[in-house]
Amino acid sequence: MKILVNAEPREVSGLTLSEALAELGFDSPAVATALNGDFVPRDSRAATALQHGDRLEVLAPMQGG
Amino acid sequence: MRIYGETIASRLLLGTAQYPSPAVLQDVIRASGTGLVTVSLRRETADGAGEGFWRTLRETGARILPNTAGCHTVKEAVTTAHMAREVFATDWLKLEVIGHADTLQPDVFALVEAARILTSEGFKVFPYTTDDLVVGERLLDAGCELLMPWGAPIGSGQGLRNPDALRAMRAHFPGVPLVVDAGIGRPSDAAQAMELGMDAVLLNTAVAQAGDPAGMARAMALAVEAGRAGFDADPMDRRDLAVPSTPVLGLAELA
Repeated sequence: MKILVNAEPREVSGLTLSEALAELGFDSPAVATALNGDFVPRDSRAATALQHGDRLEVLAPMQGG
Repeated sequence: MRIYGETIASRLLLGTAQYPSPAVLQDVIRASGTGLVTVSLRRETADGAGEGFWRTLRETGARILPNTAGCHTVKEAVTTAHMAREVFATDWLKLEVIGHADTLQPDVFALVEAARILTSEGFKVFPYTTDDLVVGERLLDAGCELLMPWGAPIGSGQGLRNPDALRAMRAHFPGVPLVVDAGIGRPSDAAQAMELGMDAVLLNTAVAQAGDPAGMARAMALAVEAGRAGFDADPMDRRDLAVPSTPVLGLAELA
């Protein structure tokens, strides 16, 4: 299915958030996820089903003031 | 300085953005002796830039204060806070809710609302706010245990645009830690903030954009220390006219 990952269209075959993250190569423990604007905790990723057109944000530590 | 029941080793708090290289950032953190550094969350890139940055920062051993920079609504700020707590494994949070794109002025109404939500969820909120006393009271009512008023717009390096307002904050909130966040450009600005009785300063651009960032970090640390020592030593009152410092008594008549 097609979803938006950090605003870029991507094709994923995984049906859950954790499967999609593995497939997309986000294997660092230092990322947090939000689906359609809502935070999805690490523990809930495996139980979170994806749907066509979902907006996934994958955020990581970055410089900040 | 104690904040949320914990001791912060230094009154100089530093941002981690805009440094020429990760190595310079590490030098600056060491040179400054900073007690706390701010970080953000941004979209992870394909090359894992976020993880690399995180490794660099952890090597310094600095304590981390995640921010909600760039958030314009309560929802964005609260969601970012939840994500930051998971990634950085801390409930400390520099809460920014920006109200105006040009001045980066905080939206103090949304700030108070977000602070209330986040403190009820156990976050230790460090609110980036204006120098308004009533807003400060609302933030304390919302559960914040310190206030971080701006000195001037973020990244402007203008110094303290309204020292009188900061002085009023100091008088109005005697036991509350106050941190000047934003606007510091030079060591003298940092010293001035500390002489006014601020408990700490948080700065980023002034060091990161200096010709010698580590040198400026040292200068800022000295300024913060000098300003605080000056405040503790109870400065004299200003006078309108000159008063001779050499004794007048015993002055010879030589005319």
